[in-house]
Amino acid sequence: MSTTTDQRYTKVEPKKSFHLSMLLYDQRYRSITIQVFFLFLLMLGAAWLIDNTVNNLRALGRDFSFAFLNAPAGYDINQRPIEYNSQMTHGRAALVGFLNTMILAVLACVLATVLGVIAGVLRLSNNWIVGRLMTVYVEVFRNIPTLLWILIFGAIMTEAMPAPSAFRGDTPSASMIFNDSVAITNRGVFIPSIIFERDLGYLQIGPVAPSISWLLVIVIIAAGIWANKKLIAHATRVQNATGVRPKTWWKSLLILFGPIILFFVLLGAHLEYPELRGFNFAGGTHLRNSLIAMWLGLGIYTGAFIAEIVRAGILAINKGQTEAAYALGLQPGKTMRLVVLPQALRVIIPPLISNYLNITKNTSLGLAVGYMDLRSTLGGITINQTGRELEGMMLMMLIYLAISLTISGVLNVYNSRVKLKER
Amino acid sequence: MSNIESQTIAYVRDTMIPEQAPPLTEAGAIKWLRENLFSGWFNTVLTLLSLAVIWWSLAAIGPWLVNMVWNAGSLSECRRILDGTEGACFAVINDRWHQLLFGFYPSHLYWRPVLALVLLFVALAPILFTGLPRKMLIFSAIYPFLGYHLLWGGSIWLPISALLGFVAGAVAFLVVRKVNGLAAIFAAVLAPVFWWLFLAGPFDSAMSSVLPLGLEFVRSDRFGGFLISLVIGVTGISLSLPLGILLALGRQSDMVFVKSVCVIFIEFIRGVPLITLLFTASLLLNYFLPPGTSFDLILRVIIMVTLFAAAYMAEVVRGGLAALPKGQYEAADALGLDYWKAQRLIIMPQALKISIPGIVNTFIGLFKDTTLVVFIGLLDPIGLSNAIRASTDWQGIYWELFIFIGALFFIFCFGISRYSMYLERKLKTDHR
Repeated sequence: MSTTTDQRYTKVEPKKSFHLSMLLYDQRYRSITIQVFFLFLLMLGAAWLIDNTVNNLRALGRDFSFAFLNAPAGYDINQRPIEYNSQMTHGRAALVGFLNTMILAVLACVLATVLGVIAGVLRLSNNWIVGRLMTVYVEVFRNIPTLLWILIFGAIMTEAMPAPSAFRGDTPSASMIFNDSVAITNRGVFIPSIIFERDLGYLQIGPVAPSISWLLVIVIIAAGIWANKKLIAHATRVQNATGVRPKTWWKSLLILFGPIILFFVLLGAHLEYPELRGFNFAGGTHLRNSLIAMWLGLGIYTGAFIAEIVRAGILAINKGQTEAAYALGLQPGKTMRLVVLPQALRVIIPPLISNYLNITKNTSLGLAVGYMDLRSTLGGITINQTGRELEGMMLMMLIYLAISLTISGVLNVYNSRVKLKER
Repeated sequence: MSNIESQTIAYVRDTMIPEQAPPLTEAGAIKWLRENLFSGWFNTVLTLLSLAVIWWSLAAIGPWLVNMVWNAGSLSECRRILDGTEGACFAVINDRWHQLLFGFYPSHLYWRPVLALVLLFVALAPILFTGLPRKMLIFSAIYPFLGYHLLWGGSIWLPISALLGFVAGAVAFLVVRKVNGLAAIFAAVLAPVFWWLFLAGPFDSAMSSVLPLGLEFVRSDRFGGFLISLVIGVTGISLSLPLGILLALGRQSDMVFVKSVCVIFIEFIRGVPLITLLFTASLLLNYFLPPGTSFDLILRVIIMVTLFAAAYMAEVVRGGLAALPKGQYEAADALGLDYWKAQRLIIMPQALKISIPGIVNTFIGLFKDTTLVVFIGLLDPIGLSNAIRASTDWQGIYWELFIFIGALFFIFCFGISRYSMYLERKLKTDHR
């Protein structure tokens, strides 16, 4: 009797045995099954692609090597931030292209940010006509492809600007602007350049040789900014301790601009103006049409997107924040600086940086106006001359990928730093 | 007391005086001007600056637009008609509009792309506007095959046999579902594959020989102009959304392997410019495929553009998924819904609603990016504008072509963005 009741109440052990069907129906195993299946398919696909590539390369009698980077390039690049001639290697040409890409990207990012912030703020202004004008700017530029804008600016530069010969003669039909210092011609824009009388020469670091004078300029400016930061931190400490903020503006000015002006005077810096010599301008810095077209095209186009981001960022801040700041007795300027902007920036910066990323990737459209960027050198002429499409394209994609991942890495660091600290 | 009042106050009005008009500066146009344009020195400066900009652009472009010429055979004829005055020569559009729109598509077949475009709107209507009868969705499902047939032509049995593959999948799913749910999914995948691999070819050739129906075949290299932008754009848009959603789900998934593959794919595609992917499609694809295979350049471009847009779409959808409160997932679990049901009924409708602006921006971006195909030799509007400029008749004509192409793109992109605003308003459920 008792044994039977005991038996009735004995716990029934779950079946330990493993059924094949559990791979599909048991939640513990199903995800593993799916992943193994997925992995299998993926490896099959990859193996197929690699096998095809190997076979195709063998059929063409090709190997897979990057030795072409050391072969002489044999083509000229019109915009050379570092020393380059056609006798140098393909690798050097790719480096020049990369630097050109970065120069263009930085210039366009600065222009886009300035335009975008101005247009975004003005679009919110109470001024009816300014608001409409900015809306027109944003909508027109956002809804027409970048490539078309680049071509339009390229055409404006080459077709609508005067030829250098128009600046010649007693009654020239065109004249230089800004007190005869800048010449806008259909062969590019000529601006004055800074020349050091007592130049410090060049520093040889690996493949590049930057000018020591300009490196020192960068170092001095960076040191000035760092020292100014220290000064302001000190002022804040004094204010916290005593309640009185010491006057710092003249010290800031001195720290920021004093050393650099002194440095320029010591090295005998002066401006070299462009002059009409022969059929073209000489002297000064020559900004080529391709650079100008890309710069304006990318900058103004992306500026329209940044304007929308800035507008959305400002609108995202609750009006209560401004009112609370006023209630605390902050003035409008301080309200903007201390309350609204820090919060708006949290909304603005991530999409802003992804727009910088877009600019960097869009520099690859340089081909349209003949700008010699990475895509035109390594991904264009080098590939055509050596026939190394596979290696060249892979290398180029890797470089772009590295740039993008660096920028998004910076973005992630920023995001984690400004993230709302929720407790 | 009252006496005093009557003595001190000489006159007490006992009737209301009629309402006075507000002062001249506080009413009508002057008030509006004061408040909206000249409310302070800064605003006044801004207004004057804007007026200067508007005046300057009108002065620069106005006469040129007013003197436009629509009928001329070449730029030199245009200049003769203008006789020294500044003027736009839109005659180039009049002369070459068919090329800018259709490329080198045979001119006696223009009705086919036009019909395809009109039917595209019919097919899109029930998707875009929920008020229309749901039966119209059947036409939307057939449209891809119909559109393909209208544009490329050839035997009608090719798209039909492709369509039958999907029908086979649906039938297999319905039949096997009665036996086993899981097996039904396998059947739904395997039946069409089996059909396409083994039966579609014989079916196509058999039916073509029995009943040779079809339209005149048009080769892909005849496609060009806005037609090519629309074909690539519309196909890319409709394929990239589902692919992007799948990638976003994969990135959010708990399965480590699936997740990492999705992350690598998305980050790679987003990290390189589209133009390098297009070059991969045109130059490198031959390396990756078995020797001797070659398929249509337009198809390759569509695949690359779709992959590119899908990676961006995935990030947009992921943003929408991340914005959903965790409670929604838990509520779906509490209701006992399985993964796909929860996604379909609870998660996706909300996540997609949040991400509408981003999705539409990606669509517009994709449509604008179709212009990049000019770099791999396809004749999109920009490529054709170069070709037109290279002809002796129209050498040196820039602005008119740019204005025409820009206006076409503007109309489409602006239209899409306005639709997205309408959709956002319609789907807005919070009562603010």
